[in-house]
Amino acid sequence: MFKSVLEGSAAAPDMMVMVNGVETPAWNGETVASILLRVPNVGRTSPVSGKPRLPYCQMGVCFDCLAVVDGIASTQGCLVAVRPGMRIDIQRGPREIAR
Amino acid sequence: MTYDVLIVGAGPAGMSAAVQLSRLGLAVVVVDEQPAPGGQIWRGVERNKSGPLSQALGEDYRKGLSLVETFRASPAEYMPETQVWHIEEGWSVFLTSGGRARRVCARVLLFATGAQERPVPFPGWTLPGVMTVGAAQILLKSGGMLPQGRVWIAGAGPLPLLYATQALDLRGQLSGYLDTSGRPGLAALQKLPGAWRDLAGLAKGAGWLRALRRKIEFVRDVKDLRAEGEGRLQHIEWSTQGRRRRVEADVLLVHQGVVPRIHETLALGCAHDWRADQGYFAPRLDRWGETSRPGLFVAGDAGGIGGWSAAMVSGEIVALAIAARLGKGGDVEELRRQARLDDRLAKALALRPLLDALYPPPRERLADETIVCRCEDVTAGTIRAATRTSVPDPNAVKAATRCGMGPCQGRQCGYTVQALLAEVHGVPAGSVAFFNIRPPLKPITLSEIASLEDMETAG
Amino acid sequence: MNADVLVIGGGLHGLSAALQSARRGASVILVERHFLGRHASGATAAGVRTLGRHAAELPLSLEAAGDWHKMGDLVGDDCGFVACGQLQVAEDEVAFSAVKARVERLQAKGLSHERIVRSDELRTLVPDLAPHCLGGSWAVGDGSADPHRTIRAFRDAAVAAGVHIKEECKVTALTWRAQVWRAETSQGSIEAKVIVNAGGAWAAEVAALAGDPLDHAIRTSMMVVTERTAARIGPVVSSFGRKLSFKQTAQGTLLIGGGSQGRLAADRQSATVDVLALASSVRSAVRLFPKVGGMRIVRAWAGMEAMTADHLPVIGFSRRVEGLVHAFGFSGHGFQLVPSVGRVLADLVCEGHTKHDLAAFDINRVAAERAAA
Repeated sequence: MFKSVLEGSAAAPDMMVMVNGVETPAWNGETVASILLRVPNVGRTSPVSGKPRLPYCQMGVCFDCLAVVDGIASTQGCLVAVRPGMRIDIQRGPREIAR
Repeated sequence: MTYDVLIVGAGPAGMSAAVQLSRLGLAVVVVDEQPAPGGQIWRGVERNKSGPLSQALGEDYRKGLSLVETFRASPAEYMPETQVWHIEEGWSVFLTSGGRARRVCARVLLFATGAQERPVPFPGWTLPGVMTVGAAQILLKSGGMLPQGRVWIAGAGPLPLLYATQALDLRGQLSGYLDTSGRPGLAALQKLPGAWRDLAGLAKGAGWLRALRRKIEFVRDVKDLRAEGEGRLQHIEWSTQGRRRRVEADVLLVHQGVVPRIHETLALGCAHDWRADQGYFAPRLDRWGETSRPGLFVAGDAGGIGGWSAAMVSGEIVALAIAARLGKGGDVEELRRQARLDDRLAKALALRPLLDALYPPPRERLADETIVCRCEDVTAGTIRAATRTSVPDPNAVKAATRCGMGPCQGRQCGYTVQALLAEVHGVPAGSVAFFNIRPPLKPITLSEIASLEDMETAG
Repeated sequence: MNADVLVIGGGLHGLSAALQSARRGASVILVERHFLGRHASGATAAGVRTLGRHAAELPLSLEAAGDWHKMGDLVGDDCGFVACGQLQVAEDEVAFSAVKARVERLQAKGLSHERIVRSDELRTLVPDLAPHCLGGSWAVGDGSADPHRTIRAFRDAAVAAGVHIKEECKVTALTWRAQVWRAETSQGSIEAKVIVNAGGAWAAEVAALAGDPLDHAIRTSMMVVTERTAARIGPVVSSFGRKLSFKQTAQGTLLIGGGSQGRLAADRQSATVDVLALASSVRSAVRLFPKVGGMRIVRAWAGMEAMTADHLPVIGFSRRVEGLVHAFGFSGHGFQLVPSVGRVLADLVCEGHTKHDLAAFDINRVAAERAAA
């Protein structure tokens, strides 16, 4: 849904992150929420209705960017900058209790 | 440790106050949610100082760099990627960063927490593909991201005009612009004379509008917007001049102005006033930015929307007052005059009355099927039904419907619930209170709060 | 306006008394200063518990337990009651001995609502429990309900029974003249033959207006609720000797309480969360359920309720003033008693007496000297 203006240019991506186990290019300054919008089918689903959701506000007030980041569930993706090798996993419905 | 001043927020107001206060030798700490200073307005300003984005983001954006650099060079301690989740009298401020909670103390607190976009529910606004214009602009500033496919903008205010201009400059694709503001009324025209104090600002806005109308489809007087799709946005629909239109869409960016962040000051029981013209609550402040609770100050948009240049000036004003409170100031009235702070503030705010009159908060009736609470999936119809058997108190609606009980703690639904209560009971919106704000201000983990006991006994 | 009965306080005890009095033919007005269930009734964990009850409360509690299992008969809705059982865990030998002694005393009296469970059965009931737990007491008929749904059900039933409910209605004066009470309120005056003081944390203020001064403390028990997770923990779990109660709600959220106290404002009108005190309850919860440590807290709050020195409620007629019935001071465990106490109050206001022994709940325990005139 979104694409970096830097993508496709000659410059190599700044880093690789693991999104649902798949190696994915990422750029400095990007947040986890931006990955959720770039990579198809990795958004969360509402724990109440089960309907799919994607990040809405990017400023920490909507909680529709929740993801499992390096094993920590319900992390607000828009407040976390990507780091090389970061693991980002989709959070569907009610979270698992022990993550 | 105990700081003299703890500032929440590293945007224009917070940085400008931090620079002033630390210059006076006070021990200052600035806590901010973001990974780098600048706030939302100057998000990513350091990483974008060179590269393809710098030009497109415009002059006002590039102006942020010098304040960020001065702030970085100042002795003020800076805690990025840190959230404030609770505050107790004294002041004890409970923080979390990197999954660890801790407590710091400060003699004075300054909230420079800025604004959030006004949530504007309409049928389909929770579909993937619908997001705010501000969110899209943050994606642009922080990762150079542009929306792809058939992209529509819908809303009102200067931000969508600016964003559309920036996106087009970067060869982004925009299918059209749906302007939901009505025709400028007499009220707006009456504000024009005052606005001439900021001629450059006025000309800039008019320029964006002219350029946009040449480049993309521009629809005026848009009402009754809807987003539809299976699992994601596929179509949008709207009415204009009595006709209904429906188009295919992949991304819809919406915006209806911004409102102060008030959860912190509400949680602390500060007095707030209703600003009927802009439809938001703002903390009641004296002319030095102090709230109704002594030792608790607010600067910038968190005290009422004024924009980045007004926020910088208000940061300086509040810094004078705080320094005096802590025994470091001279004759503050004289210092305020010397620095021409009131004059600079008036100039920074010159366009505000015109903008407020041009872009009043939306007052369309919400369809019953519209989701109001994104966290708990509560619809306008459910809230109306609960409201009919309850007093006009949002806390009663919260108990009855779970609206506002999710992790966003009412940040998305608060004003909508207030408006629905006012509608059902036939009372002015301002007479209805906001939700009671309960701790924690951010959802920390059970382990984090449990660890506090250890920390305290360890000293 | 006038009525046979004026109930002051729109919490669950006030609503239950109003409902059951109206069902017996009394005309009833209920006034509530804020909105129904604003304080203790809306802030409760809504445990439906006979487990560990004081002997004096047991008859009322066992009667109420029967009501909860057929709540639809009383209010037309099950109030979200689930008979998931309540489990009191013993985390060490001293605690286990105390729990066993209590259950033996109950059994000696022929009461079987609690029984001892050993370590292996503990794991079957709650697989996620930490390994150090030795055993506990299990009350299979206990459970929990949804407090807000309970408030709505009692409200709707009361309204259907003819109770006139006035919210945002504060009582400012009470006078007794010619066998009639006259209440001045923010919404005009009301006359009634009997007043029920169900004022909760404000019971002493109501009593003072009626000329029956009394003293009670105020409890400010704190609760924490987390985000949702998949259903996993069935019973309500407490730990002997610790300030902890723990349950997973129907929505999947975890609710942690158990009596850690918040801060009461100096004017006794509001209470706020004390984070360090709360940390100790949360720590107990994480020790019992190590897996839940990563769950995120969505909200914490402090409820307000009247508390007596012996933690038993005050239920019965005033001993100094005619036409006044008190029902307050439930001290943090009144939720389960709502159906039976409402029935007792209806006995008192409609018939002037009840078959229940109310000696342990006597008002004299909290009576204060009248101020010198």
